[in-house]
This record gives sequence, C-alpha cells and structure tokens, in this order.
Amino acid sequence: MAKDVAIIGVGQSAFVRGYEGSIRELAFEAFREAMADAGITVKDIDASVICSAPEYDKQRSPSGLIAEYLGLNPQPTFCLETICSSSSMGLRAGYSLIKSGLHDIVVVLGFQKMSEISSADSQERMGRGADIMWESPFGTMMPAYYAMHARAHFARYGTTEKDLALIRVKSAKYGALNEKAVYRKGLNLEQVLTSEYISTPLKKFDCCANADGASCLILARAEKAKEISQKPVWILGLGAASAPMTLTGREDLTGLSCAREAARQAYAMAGVGPKDIDVAEVHDCFTIAELMAYEDLGFAEPGKGAELIREGETYVEGRIPVNVDGGLLSKGHPIGATGGSQIRTIVLQLRGEAGPVQVKGAEIGLVHNIGGVGIYGAVTILGR
Amino acid sequence: MGFEKFGRISFTAQTKVAAFVDHLERGEVVASRCTQCGARYFPPRADCYRCLSDKVVLEPIQGTGRLVSFTTANYAPTGFEADVPYTLAMAEFDGLKVFGRMSKEVPEQELAVGLPVRLKVVRMPDGQLSYEFVKA
Ligand SMILES: [Zn+2]
Repeated sequence: MAKDVAIIGVGQSAFVRGYEGSIRELAFEAFREAMADAGITVKDIDASVICSAPEYDKQRSPSGLIAEYLGLNPQPTFCLETICSSSSMGLRAGYSLIKSGLHDIVVVLGFQKMSEISSADSQERMGRGADIMWESPFGTMMPAYYAMHARAHFARYGTTEKDLALIRVKSAKYGALNEKAVYRKGLNLEQVLTSEYISTPLKKFDCCANADGASCLILARAEKAKEISQKPVWILGLGAASAPMTLTGREDLTGLSCAREAARQAYAMAGVGPKDIDVAEVHDCFTIAELMAYEDLGFAEPGKGAELIREGETYVEGRIPVNVDGGLLSKGHPIGATGGSQIRTIVLQLRGEAGPVQVKGAEIGLVHNIGGVGIYGAVTILGR
Repeated sequence: MGFEKFGRISFTAQTKVAAFVDHLERGEVVASRCTQCGARYFPPRADCYRCLSDKVVLEPIQGTGRLVSFTTANYAPTGFEADVPYTLAMAEFDGLKVFGRMSKEVPEQELAVGLPVRLKVVRMPDGQLSYEFVKA
C-alpha cells in the first residue's frame, strides 16, 4: 500500500438549483473551502486540473478562465472531461502529475452550472449524449438507458421496483442531513413507488436531482503532505476503464463492465478487497446504478445486490455503508463536480469529520464514479 | 451525404456506410462483415478494428431475434416530443445486438425480455427511414 500522494484539502459549494452567480464564483466557493482546509496559499500550488462537461458550459475552454479567477497563473492548467466522471479522472491526472515528479501540489477543481443553458438547450443536448449516428436518431436519453439496465436486471435476477425504491428512501434519509444537498426532504417507500414513470421501470424518484455546484481537491506529494497536513488522506488505489458508448457493444446490461474493470485495478493497486472497505460513495445517478455498483464493486455477488438494501446493510450502521451523504440522488449531480464531491465525502469520513453520518472507525473508503451510461468508470480507494 | 435520411432526426449526413439507407429503401436492415477476417458488426462499420481492414460488405440481418431489454419513455429530447410515449429496445440476432424502437403495434403488456422479434423497415410521413422491432 504505497502512500505517495495524499489529499490535503477538500471543499464543496452547496449544490443548489439555479446558482445566483457565474461559474467562476461557483468554482471559487469550493476552492476557498479547500484552500482553508489545506491551510496553503495560491503560491504553493504548482498546477490545476479543471473538470467540466463542456456541453453545459457557455464559456469555451473554461480552464483558462477558472485558473485566472482562482489566482493560479502562471501555473499550467488544463480541462479534463469524461462527462459525469470528470473530476475522478481529474484526480487520476493530478496523481499522475505528482507521481511523475512534474509537480508537488495540484488542485483538481470540478464544476457545473447546469442552469447555465436553458432547459430547451439542455433537452436538445441530452439527446446527443449517445452515439449520434446509431442511437440518438431513436430519441434516446440517460434515464432510458439506465431503465434498460434495470429491466435486464429485473428479468435476470428478480430485482424489483421496490428494491430500487428502498435505495431512494435511504438516500433521502441522509440527504436530509446534508446541508449541502439540493434535495433535503425525506421520502417514504410509498412516495417513491407512486411517483410518475420517467422511463419504465424508472420513476421520478429513481432519478437524481439536477443541481449547480463545484468541488475542489488539493493533492500533494508525500513529503509535502506530511509537512502541511495534520490529517492527510492517502490515494491507495486508482482504477479507470472504458466501455463501448453504443449499447449494442455491451456484453450484458445487468452491470457496468467499466466499473468492474476499474474496481479490479483499484483493489489490486491498493492491495485490498471489497471486505476491507469501511465506507463507499457510488455513482447513483439512478437507483439502479447504485444497485449495480454493489455488485460491480464486489460488495454483493452478481444478482444479490438487492439483498444488501433489503437488509439495510448499506446504511451507516450496516456492513458496508454506501452514499450516506445522500448520494447523487439527493445531493444533486452537477456533472463536473460530482466525483470531487464524492471524494470529499470519503476524505471527511476517513478523518472522522463526517458529523451525524460518521461511520465509526472508518479507515479505508472507496469512490465509484461513472461517466455516461457506463462509458467511463473510475474507482478510487482512499485510506488514512 | 445520404445518411441524413436515417431516423426520426438524423445528426450525421456523411459516413462511409451511408449505403445503410439504400438498404433500408429496399426493406433491409444490414450489418457489416469484414471480408478479411470475417468479423461482423452492428452498427455497421467502414473499418474493422480487429484486422484494420476496410474491405467490408453490408449484409441483411435476417430471422428472429430476442429482446434483451426495453423501456417506455414518457419524456423525450427535443424533436421527439410528438412520439411520446415510445419504447426503446435492444434485441439480439444471432450474436449481433441491434438497438431501436419497438413497434407501437405491440401492446405494452406483451413486452418481455426474451420476446422473439424481427426487424421491419419503416418510412415516416416526412420520408425519413428507420426500422423497428415487431413480434416474430
Ligand atoms: Zn477484419
């Protein structure tokens, strides 16, 4: 378990609907918090990686603008995009910049102002998030793709709409406790089950909340981290993989192969297995995505994911607490900021600073962050 | 040019496999086969990544497939609103998976993973060409 690169600062803006400011100010909210957390100044930073899904940005080449506003000139900066997994891939890039010897301290800043473009523009772009030659012409959209995974999982393993609803009930319970979450109302099983169908069998409450937000991570080389930080959290394992964008290229629809491959790599690098994970953040853009993550990460055998939620094992007091910050479902999903927010949650857990949702004695945590419908997969393992 | 005739809304006019649309005109949905190594692909491709050849031919997908999954969308992206609700589906034909829409003629309660289906070419009122799954 090599401890070469640590996270020494984390920050997140509140995730909100219709942020009343520009993207630079949104980014600064996360940056200010992370810098205060790390206790450093802009002169200490060697490079920045800016993470965003450009289809939601009016600003072209946002890294130039964001780096300027954060005061990070003349340090190098660049933008990284893998849709919803952008800031986990940003962490991977930041880790590489440090591990290669190029830099000592790197900032990974993820943001998305989903309300930057009109709802009509958003609807138009949404249809082009799939293969525009062979799938978009049929009128595809994200919920439909995940719905097809849900249907396949139901047919093969007997998973039910109620199982998925149980995941949202858990999410809502913890979202209500998270001051930075966009959706803070509790939900009971009946409310979830009777919400309208978006794309069968997925209903309104099976889908994550839309939000504007930013996240920030500050990474440092080991010597620097020990010098600066009282509680460095180490990057123990990194996994990343891809899978065909077209659904027809996938082996099966009951899980995400990019997640399974990224998990395999991350576990191998960290020298740990699923049983060693004390707390996890998984990419629950839809309830079915969390269920598949249980299986893809090895928390449950294939087809047995539903048992975990039925038995309450993914609650704070359960065997493997998952998304006890409310997840994307309640916290909201500002595309480019999401991975960084998940990583922040795990960093706080490992430092013992997670407040009412603290998992007692958490030493090793995992983050699973997916781009698109399983196109890009990133799994990160962190430890004290 | 030519490929813009495919689908309710096309986002691509130019591709080396635009002949896909000519086959739709003849009532066929085609996949590609590499003449060098024999690899078959759907969606059809102009290039074979297995052997790097560009010697491909387009061949009809025939017979009966089985539904792998499906979903009925109650919301749609811009340009597809008039079609709501519509059912997106994927079926497997002899090892080749095909993505498309389910025919509205098939009642929703009859839809099930594993349902035998075949491909049918459809011409829309505005002249656009596509295909859908019908019960086999
Ligand atoms: Zn070939």
